[in-house]
Amino acid sequence: MELRTYIIRRLVLLIPVLFGVTLLIFGLLQLFDPVERAALYVKDVRQFSEVGAIIERYGLDQPVWIQYGNWINEIFHGNFGWSKVVAMPVLDAIVNFLPATLELAIFATPLIIFGGIFLGSKAAAHKDRTVDHATRVGAIIGWSLPTFWLGLILLMVFYGFFRGFLPPERLSTDVSILVHSDVFTRYTRMNVIDAILNGNGRVLGDALRHLILPVITLTVVNLAFIMRLMRSSMLESLGRGYILTARAKGLDENSVVNKHARRNALIPVLTVSGYIFAAIVNGVVITETIFNYKGLGWWAWQSAINLDVPSILAFALFNGVLFVLTNLVVDLLYARIDPRVRLGAQVT
Amino acid sequence: MTGLGFILYQLRRNPLSIIGITIILIFIVIAIFAPVIAPPPEGHINHYMIPRYGYSPTPKPPDAEHRFGTTQGQYDIFYGVIWGTRSAFYVGLVVIGSVLVIGIVLGSLAGYFGGIVDEVIMRITDIFLAFPPLILAMAITVALGPSLNSVILALIIVSWPVYTRLVRGDILSVREEDYVEATRGIGSSHARIILRHILPNSIYPTLVMASLDIGAVVLSAAALSFLGLGAPEGYADWGQMIQFARNWIVGLPGNPFAYWYTVTIPGLFILFFVLGWNLLGDAFRDILDPRLGKR
Repeated sequence: MELRTYIIRRLVLLIPVLFGVTLLIFGLLQLFDPVERAALYVKDVRQFSEVGAIIERYGLDQPVWIQYGNWINEIFHGNFGWSKVVAMPVLDAIVNFLPATLELAIFATPLIIFGGIFLGSKAAAHKDRTVDHATRVGAIIGWSLPTFWLGLILLMVFYGFFRGFLPPERLSTDVSILVHSDVFTRYTRMNVIDAILNGNGRVLGDALRHLILPVITLTVVNLAFIMRLMRSSMLESLGRGYILTARAKGLDENSVVNKHARRNALIPVLTVSGYIFAAIVNGVVITETIFNYKGLGWWAWQSAINLDVPSILAFALFNGVLFVLTNLVVDLLYARIDPRVRLGAQVT
Repeated sequence: MTGLGFILYQLRRNPLSIIGITIILIFIVIAIFAPVIAPPPEGHINHYMIPRYGYSPTPKPPDAEHRFGTTQGQYDIFYGVIWGTRSAFYVGLVVIGSVLVIGIVLGSLAGYFGGIVDEVIMRITDIFLAFPPLILAMAITVALGPSLNSVILALIIVSWPVYTRLVRGDILSVREEDYVEATRGIGSSHARIILRHILPNSIYPTLVMASLDIGAVVLSAAALSFLGLGAPEGYADWGQMIQFARNWIVGLPGNPFAYWYTVTIPGLFILFFVLGWNLLGDAFRDILDPRLGKR
């Protein structure tokens, strides 16, 4: 099947799933009373005095399907409600907090993927030797570590013991004042990138110092997962006939492992990258909570403990849509990398 | 089909799985004998609530009376981690038990009947799988009101689709076997075919692997508790105890690890609990994976 037809077909198939996603979110919404649900339609803090009128206007005491129609209509007009924890509309909050989370993900994702692939193939190439046993034990422990606990222990050592060496939050107070002043232009709102663009070494150093611990926390658990997967996939690949052929024709071991075995072993790792995306998002909520790192995850946590319904539902919806799109991209990449996969062959 | 004896033999050969089994057994003993190991004080009504010794927020270090010290709000850490073992097993067993029942029922229906039934069930799982699990679980616990039971329900809601799909896959793999066809030929009912012939021949590996997911379930539940969405304050729950410890990770001047016990001890309990199940799961995965077995 041609690539464009395939993409169009997949996008069409997304519609029922996205419809279901909104239904599920809306179903959750029905567990709240009308006053709480009215917060979804508020665009401005002043409107809270008119909750009765909002209930009336959006028919929150009307049958469910009418409410659903109204809600979807608002969503399509870009109104996701009012986020009370940060006192701004939900959409603004997402735009506001996204750069911080992206910054975290930009550093953690390559570490997770390349680190996991590298360590996993090392372990497989040296099966049952010290490297293998060490990475295996490391992976199982890493996989069992509670992320939130790891983060706190890291803080205890690097913030407590080393006298504020690697602190929580995004920036130190003085640097934060500098960043928000006129001399510093915030192009992307990602501190590291902005610091480079502004040529400001002090901000760069401070931003990196604040990123190290969250990135480690986010990386360890997921790295362990990729590593294990890569190991077993690599072992399978090393047992194949083409490896025997490659060795028989006298290729040096490095080429055999790095080119022939590893490339084929990468395919299962690619198939779980959608899962990795979900795991990073999960991890982001916990990591940002521990380090008071004010990104999307921190905002979601604040919303959750303050029972801020519109925010938490918008966050779930946002992630649901993003996750579905990620899976689409993964499928496309999959077909691109593995020529044996024909587009559309497995689509149901 | 791998025999039980063979599995036991393989398990015994693997030192990591022995460690895993030992850890799990220790936790089972702790859970059963919780009232003996950490007896509730006189007149303490709800044994799952950690007894408090005063109301001072500052944790107190371990001494003869409080073996692991007290955490923020003077909750006894030793009592909390011991009774927290029971909470962990409770959450893990209820969640895994429920999702297995749901998974087996819906998975069998989808896999066996196929067609429209299959299509409907699978599209519903698609919707649930369209969310990062912890995010959906957070939204559900917020919607239901934070409590331990909300956490359990939320974890059931986010994990049933995975097990339904696994069981469906198992059913599909044996649905067209000759013995199933033969049973159908002699006029067995659908229920009989599924219960007596298909399920016993297909789902044991899934059952074993699923039951070892207890560790992962407990980890997720602890994360939700840590975020403040779990059990009520003072309930014996590991995740919540780590939440109590959050404010005490930076010690006193000159003694940076002054409050180490508040965060370290409950964390180690979670780590070892999950580790036990994961070690066992890892060993089982190797045994049940036919591609790795012969090497």
